[in-house]
Amino acid sequence: MHISEGVLSAPVLATGAALALAGTGLGLKKIDYDRIVHVAILASAFFVASLIHVNIGPASVHLILNGIVGLLLGVAAIPAILTALLLQAVFFQYGGLTTLGVNVVVMAVPAVLAHYLFLPLLGKSPTLTFIAGFLAGLFSILFSSILLGLALWFTNQNFFETSLAIITAYIPVMIIEGIVTGFCVTFLLKAYPEIIPKKKK
Amino acid sequence: MIEEKFAYGSSFIHKLDPQIRILALIVLSFAAALCDNLYLAVIYFVISIILISLAGLNRIDVLKRLKPLFWFLLMIWIILPLTFDGDIMYRFYWLKITYQGLILCCKITIKSITIMLIFVALIATMTIASLGSGLHRIHVPDKMVFLILMSYRYISVIEEEYKRLLRAAKFRGFKPGTNVHSYKTFAYIAGMLFVRASLRAQRVHQAMLCRGFNQKFHTLDEYPPNRLNLIFLMGIFGASLSLVILEIIWV
Repeated sequence: MHISEGVLSAPVLATGAALALAGTGLGLKKIDYDRIVHVAILASAFFVASLIHVNIGPASVHLILNGIVGLLLGVAAIPAILTALLLQAVFFQYGGLTTLGVNVVVMAVPAVLAHYLFLPLLGKSPTLTFIAGFLAGLFSILFSSILLGLALWFTNQNFFETSLAIITAYIPVMIIEGIVTGFCVTFLLKAYPEIIPKKKK
Repeated sequence: MIEEKFAYGSSFIHKLDPQIRILALIVLSFAAALCDNLYLAVIYFVISIILISLAGLNRIDVLKRLKPLFWFLLMIWIILPLTFDGDIMYRFYWLKITYQGLILCCKITIKSITIMLIFVALIATMTIASLGSGLHRIHVPDKMVFLILMSYRYISVIEEEYKRLLRAAKFRGFKPGTNVHSYKTFAYIAGMLFVRASLRAQRVHQAMLCRGFNQKFHTLDEYPPNRLNLIFLMGIFGASLSLVILEIIWV
């Protein structure tokens, strides 16, 4: 989910950049050198996961999975997502430098929120785990598309219809991300539960 | 899949210091992004074309790189002129095309292509290792540079893992479709990617500790001091500043 260059106004770009900077600072503070390799390689996995295309009728969409990255990394997801977006910008020209801040906010804020909202629900029972995963995936994309719409709307009130069109277009993606995240979380808890951060006691 | 196609070359831009290029990118792309005048946007566009030709890149390849952008622009051109409020230029039953909507579309198109071209000319022409050393020298925190370099290093490895998992699924007769089974399979593949990434991270971290990793990366790229660096940077700063001043006076 990216917003292109040359669209947003100065205040929106500046707010995005400032929020992304603060979030990245906070995230970097939480990562010590014992965990940094883990965060970096999960950022690579996040990058690769976005290359996975799933069918939806005759078309296909690529997975985003910012919900899972949020669940696994918490606040550290912000620098991880920044890294992945920067590398995407360098390799595929998805977005560039001036919108990097806004894009990081759009992708990472819902991810971090998903961490705090849904992580405590994981592992209680198989059904609850799937539902929590489903909601984490759905919520991340829903909130991301709303943030993206808001960025456009704050730029120019006339973007209202465009914002609505974008959010509507993401509804199928939300459902797919929900299903995939639900199954993925169930799988992770079964196959490698150590990857899910433990709650502080 | 992941290749640094533009990173190797012997053009003027390739020879510039990464640090200089990053600074030039920041100044020029923000100046272009904040420009709100169609004529000035065209001047920025001309500058970006000059930078691309200075970098000596294959024009077809550059156009291919802009493909994702074109889809977005197509959507903008379909929605904006019809929904934007303003003076009506053309009416077709209930559809109306407004002058302001059309101008905004032109501005967005020119600006977004310009900023992407500047990015390709200045940043895609260096290796990630050079980008890392450039970022380090403009005082980006060490941990951030580390994340970028490390994550880049492992993208191709994780991608190989992904291809292997997909191949294994296909050998077992997996045909992707629009159904829960397909989504479940992709979910397990993605989950396995995260598991393998995490296990690999442990091994890599231990191996780095064994080799005496002291939280520092050293760059092997040498960029000899060159007077052109300073001239280029001054040129970009000067051009951006005069365009920004011109816009302030104009409006």
